[in-house]
Amino acid sequence: MLYRDAGRDAMMIHRTERMSLLDVDNLSLSLDGSAILNGLSFDLWEGYVHAIVGPNGAGKSTLAFALMGLDGYRHIDGDIRLDGESIRGLSVDERARRGMTLGWQEPARFEGLPLRRFIACGADGADDETITEAMQQVGLDPARYLGRAVDTTLSGGERKKVELASILAMRPRLVLLDEPDSGIDVDSLHRIHDAIGLLRDAGTTVVLITHSMEVLGWAQHAFLICCGNIVDKGPSDEIVRYFRNKCIPCDHKNAPTLAEMP
Amino acid sequence: MTDEQPARQLADIASIHAAVGDEDTAHLLIGLNEVVSSRAVAGLDVDVESHDEGVRLRIVVADGAVIAKPVHMCFGLLQQAGIQRIDLDFAVGSGAKIDVIAHCVFPNATDIQHLMNADIRIGAGARYSYFERHIHSDAGGLLVVPKAKVTLAEDARFRTDFELVEGRVGTLKIDYETTCGPRSVLEMTAKVAGRGDDKIDIRETGHLTGEDARGALTSRVAVRDDARADVYNKLTATAAGARGHVDCKEIITDRGIANAVPIVEVSHPKAHVTHEAALGSVDSKQLQTLMARGLTEDAAGDLIIAGLLS
Repeated sequence: MLYRDAGRDAMMIHRTERMSLLDVDNLSLSLDGSAILNGLSFDLWEGYVHAIVGPNGAGKSTLAFALMGLDGYRHIDGDIRLDGESIRGLSVDERARRGMTLGWQEPARFEGLPLRRFIACGADGADDETITEAMQQVGLDPARYLGRAVDTTLSGGERKKVELASILAMRPRLVLLDEPDSGIDVDSLHRIHDAIGLLRDAGTTVVLITHSMEVLGWAQHAFLICCGNIVDKGPSDEIVRYFRNKCIPCDHKNAPTLAEMP
Repeated sequence: MTDEQPARQLADIASIHAAVGDEDTAHLLIGLNEVVSSRAVAGLDVDVESHDEGVRLRIVVADGAVIAKPVHMCFGLLQQAGIQRIDLDFAVGSGAKIDVIAHCVFPNATDIQHLMNADIRIGAGARYSYFERHIHSDAGGLLVVPKAKVTLAEDARFRTDFELVEGRVGTLKIDYETTCGPRSVLEMTAKVAGRGDDKIDIRETGHLTGEDARGALTSRVAVRDDARADVYNKLTATAAGARGHVDCKEIITDRGIANAVPIVEVSHPKAHVTHEAALGSVDSKQLQTLMARGLTEDAAGDLIIAGLLS
């Protein structure tokens, strides 16, 4: 059985205990000679839904890729600790086997790879019930989709749901979701929201990478990033206000003046 | 007709016991140059002539005959060494329909040549699909050379798939050339994975000579270790309304070498042929997606390649 009895209401539960799952310490990263992340330090509390919000080009996705240790994003300065232990030297799969995973803004296509096999690949010994349940939880009808491949015959939104189903089946401790609403139609958005609720209700720490006000509202706690720096952090409703009132109208996104720097 | 022991062995290896035992399913099992088991069905006429190194086969599907169940043919050599030549003359009558699954079984090969030379004629409005499934040894001691000239009359359809199910390729030289009449449809697909010092040479050619003929040539190849693959797919279009596409993907790992030459020739202003070719290592985003679920890099690569070749 996967995640039951969770949903929109589960998102509203406010925890009182704050146990750090992932500590990010003075994390910097340059790509092609340009500084993208500038000495970021923050904690991700276990079981919380966090959001990392900021304008395009702020470094949000780069931060997610660096945390996951993707190729090309591992040459960081600073440290990342999971359960207090540095994971800086670990590869993507080693981090995944410690419970971390990532959902892409635009999930990959896999010619010929059966959807069933893809969903099961992160869930050791996943049976048919686990797979079909994960599919149903993101609004994919198993009768219609199980025989298909994760290829170009699926739309971007469908692949997004398939990826989320694979994450539900995996039951990670920490999931980084890059633009979880990207390519998702309005009718399906609540499914994604509910799936995130299911993850959180099962104790998964969720990090939403977003510039959507709606998705930001799904989080309990948020970090506002601009130009590779954390500009603000706090309860998501406060960050929503700051983002709406200060960031969106800002004339110099990702090129802040000194006075605007944290 | 059944020669029980070799028939059973071939059927075992090819996993076709159910088909061989089914009285409504035609089959033909050939070990080296002998028919070890066969069954005919109405509308299908098979004539076999043995010679020292193989057989000459003449197969005729009568006009209008619809062979309801796939016909299983098995060409095998259970020995380690030898030569098997198959000369095939295959005529599918007008309006007929037949699916053939050919099982080429060489589980112990260390020095075997399997040479097929086929002349295939598909009549007007007929449909013929030919799935060639190979089971080889892990030694790689095989030379497999399937050659075919195929002619499609008007409104005919021909589909062929080549797949290596098990074992190592050895040396494979596929050479198919098809001429397509008006409104006919051609689909040729080859999916092969090479390793060790395997050599894969695929030459598939389609001539879209009839008005509104359609053709698709598809190759999916993966090479690792020191294996090499050369794929030459060619489509020509010389008639109005002819449409075609050549699609080649090759994944290389280790010291593998891949070479793809898609050729399209169009000599009619109302014909249209496209091509695409992608060669390279396993896609990084695919790899990292699967690794982010906990698969090792090797396991992720294997899964991606298995999907591509499925």
